[in-house]
Amino acid sequence: MQALGIDALFRGSNFLRLLGGLGVTLELSLISVIFSILLGIIFGVIMTFKNPVVKVLSRIYLEIVRIMPQMVLLFVVFFGTTRLFGWNLSAEAACVIVFTFWGTAEMGDLVRGAVTAIPKHQYESSYALGMSKAQTYYHIIVPQTLRRLIPLSINLVTRMIKTTSLVMMIGVVEVLKVSQQIIEANRMTSPNGAFGIYAVVFLLYFIACWPISLLAGHLEKKWSN
Amino acid sequence: MKGLLKKLIALPVIAALAAGTLAGCSDSGSQSGTTGGENGIFRTLDEIKSSGTIKIGVFSDKNPFGYVDENGEYQGYDVYFADRLAKDLGVNVEYVSTEAASRIEYLQTGKVDVILANFTVTDERKEEVDFALPYMNVALGVVSPADKVVESLDSLGDNDQIIVISGTTAETYLTENYPNIKLQKYDTYAAAKTALENRNGVAWANDNTEVIAFSMQNEGYTVGIPTLGSNDTIAPAVTKGNDTLLNWINDEIKTLGEEKFFHADYEATLKDTYGSDYEEQLVVEGGEVASN
Repeated sequence: MQALGIDALFRGSNFLRLLGGLGVTLELSLISVIFSILLGIIFGVIMTFKNPVVKVLSRIYLEIVRIMPQMVLLFVVFFGTTRLFGWNLSAEAACVIVFTFWGTAEMGDLVRGAVTAIPKHQYESSYALGMSKAQTYYHIIVPQTLRRLIPLSINLVTRMIKTTSLVMMIGVVEVLKVSQQIIEANRMTSPNGAFGIYAVVFLLYFIACWPISLLAGHLEKKWSN
Repeated sequence: MKGLLKKLIALPVIAALAAGTLAGCSDSGSQSGTTGGENGIFRTLDEIKSSGTIKIGVFSDKNPFGYVDENGEYQGYDVYFADRLAKDLGVNVEYVSTEAASRIEYLQTGKVDVILANFTVTDERKEEVDFALPYMNVALGVVSPADKVVESLDSLGDNDQIIVISGTTAETYLTENYPNIKLQKYDTYAAAKTALENRNGVAWANDNTEVIAFSMQNEGYTVGIPTLGSNDTIAPAVTKGNDTLLNWINDEIKTLGEEKFFHADYEATLKDTYGSDYEEQLVVEGGEVASN
């Protein structure tokens, strides 16, 4: 344990601080994920519209999100809005906005893909059976779309959890920043702390993301019947 | 027509949700009385006093200048001074964890009132922020094995090489001022350290705080050249144009000089790392840089 520098974790309240940092990470990412899923479903449906103006607008939005590094988006929202409009967003609010902005675009694209992937005969068969449009969506289209969406969106959620490590740049102290603080504060007494403590951080991220993957697997199995 | 209807319904829904996101999360207790200047947004001395809290940007992972101890408390040379500033101003202090790259942005957007994050005074930075009087010296230093100490760069042999870390000020300085000295460049601190231990080069040039700390922690190495090149200083910085706060900090630094405050700061925070020998070289008292 000494060689790995993990002993630094057990000094004072270090381990509790690390868990507190994990709490910040999970809180920010879960709020962003919930907003992203709700807005992403709406955005995805909008993207299936055939209207050219809507198509161009959603394309522009999607490309902006893909091209801009999240780091830049964070700086633009946190510092830029203060410069331009005098808004004083808290760092946490800036994070939720940026990650929702990003997540909505990605989620929307997944939803669009899943909706358009439903073969036309599914709609036609259901109309032939005398279902209304609402009934078709409720009984036929939405369940199939959701099933296709689950594995893809789980991938997005875990990516969002991991990317929140960027928020340290605007002063939010999350799990990775706490680990760096612990490593640096103990660099004399535990010179190898970087290895052991980052290993623990790896485990914490794993513990946070693994249940989500398990849940996804469970749902996929349950719905495949 | 049905498609159009869907769009008309969907758009306001999105707008409402987006607005909800903004309203729900924005800092409702935002600063009142924020003053806009040409070069940034800031709070004057009186506004800080009446709000009861000063926001100070510090490093949270640069031991021993600004770091967080095992109880979650901010500590270090910069923080020791920041605590005193807040105490003498009669307000509480709120520390904001900053990164080197975002220090200027924090000041220009008024997200902190003061930056006390080992901020070296440079001409480029003076264009962006206002520096108060300095409270520490920083320069380059050269460390070498104790049995063959390099005390001057002019007396190096033809085949003697100096170890540097790529991208540091030491590399830039030596390339510009000693073009004839052969440099051995390493990407990481660890690689440079190993190179010196293996005697791949005769000495290692880096920030003097770094080489001093190295010689303190490793037996058999001596800092032959403790200060090299231009002597830079570390100073508090405020948003450009925030004169009331700047003047108050300057007066405070002068007053603190009378009680030898920064020497006490050094004893409390830096002595464990740098020992007593370098106290006079590193500390700037009362804002007056001794010419050496």
